[in-house]
Amino acid sequence: MNRHRDLPGLILALASAVAVLTALGMVFLYAPREATMGDVQRIFYFHVSSAWVGFFAFFVTFLAGILYLIRGERQWDILALSSVEVGLTFITMAVITGSLWARPVWGTYWTWEPRLTISAVQLLIYIAYGMLRRAVEGPERQARFAAVYGIVAFVTVPLSWFAIRWWRTIHPDILTGGGEMTLTPRMVQTLLVSLAAFTLLYVTLLRQRIRLERFADALAALRMTQ
Amino acid sequence: MDFLDKTWAIVVKDVAAEWHTREMLSAMLVFAVLALLVFSFALDLRGATARAAAPGVLWATVAFAGTLGLSRSLVREQQTGCIDGLLLAPVDRTAIFFGKALGNLFFMLIVEVILLPLFAGLFNVPLLRPEVLLVTMLGTVGYAAVGTLLAAMAVNTRAREVLLPVLLLPLAFPVLIAAVQTTGALLEGGTLTEAGGWLRLIVVYDLVILAVATLTFGYVLEE
Repeated sequence: MNRHRDLPGLILALASAVAVLTALGMVFLYAPREATMGDVQRIFYFHVSSAWVGFFAFFVTFLAGILYLIRGERQWDILALSSVEVGLTFITMAVITGSLWARPVWGTYWTWEPRLTISAVQLLIYIAYGMLRRAVEGPERQARFAAVYGIVAFVTVPLSWFAIRWWRTIHPDILTGGGEMTLTPRMVQTLLVSLAAFTLLYVTLLRQRIRLERFADALAALRMTQ
Repeated sequence: MDFLDKTWAIVVKDVAAEWHTREMLSAMLVFAVLALLVFSFALDLRGATARAAAPGVLWATVAFAGTLGLSRSLVREQQTGCIDGLLLAPVDRTAIFFGKALGNLFFMLIVEVILLPLFAGLFNVPLLRPEVLLVTMLGTVGYAAVGTLLAAMAVNTRAREVLLPVLLLPLAFPVLIAAVQTTGALLEGGTLTEAGGWLRLIVVYDLVILAVATLTFGYVLEE
């Protein structure tokens, strides 16, 4: 049993627990109350952090996809798949916190604000990625198709971003006018700590997901030999 | 045979095969007309409404009719075993991609050539201008290219045709938004230079997708 103990994983988990709690404390106790939006604005720190982690996770999938196509090693596919799953969790959080924030500030749960829209587009793209994986038979072909989709998908994201942003500047949303705010140094510090905490949490979850997939592989291999 | 000859041979084969039955093309066309009717009932397309909604309706119709043709073109390739023959033949994978993509582009353009005058006549919208035709073609290039790559994957899955729109539409958002905006600007009396930013976005999308698809198509086919 001893060899299954994952000390670095445990340390990572503890470190991210401390980091997330610190960030939470800073969000509520250290960061000042925003002048126009009030306490509602405090959702901003976790909203931005989860959106950042989501984008970063899909970037990791993009890189892992390229490496898989070049090297053909299972580990890169595991990384790509794990990063998508963890990334989906965070991007879903970004979309949900975004709509929760939009409700009191703009009076609606959904607004076609560019950053919110691109997050929703990403969510749809990587749900499609998961559907593609599940629909493909054979682990090797599954990895190959997923790698190609992960690459093409990530390449279209910047183009989507430009398209959505220009689209919104042509049809300006009067509603979103009140969303601008200036950040005080304390706010910036809180945001940076939140970003670091969420990134650490991403690494922790990613590591666990990779481990889980390795165990699943090992189990499948054991079943094959019997 | 050099690269272009091989690509061309695949296009000719696809067009000839389709010409025997015309089942795909007729399905796309009838579907496109039906979509126009659905939009017309749903949005009450008359007068100023028709003009405002025209670019969106046009591109939604093209996108949906396109997915029909794209999956059909690759499903047929697989059912007849033709793709295996192509893979055995000394043909560059890139030539297969360009052949299939050009064939799909050709079928989509035929649908558009019929759709545009019909649309213009039914809803009294001045769509028959060389600029609109150019934008339509450029937008379709990117859509057909990314669609061909994804359709080649989708036909090798359990879900087949069902999966293609789910994979394709979120990746086609940039080109669809840009094409709708350019068409809209042209309909409002603008020139191509005024819609230059959007037009550039379409061209950049086309080039990026063609490059990525050229690099990755081999991995989709390799068995």
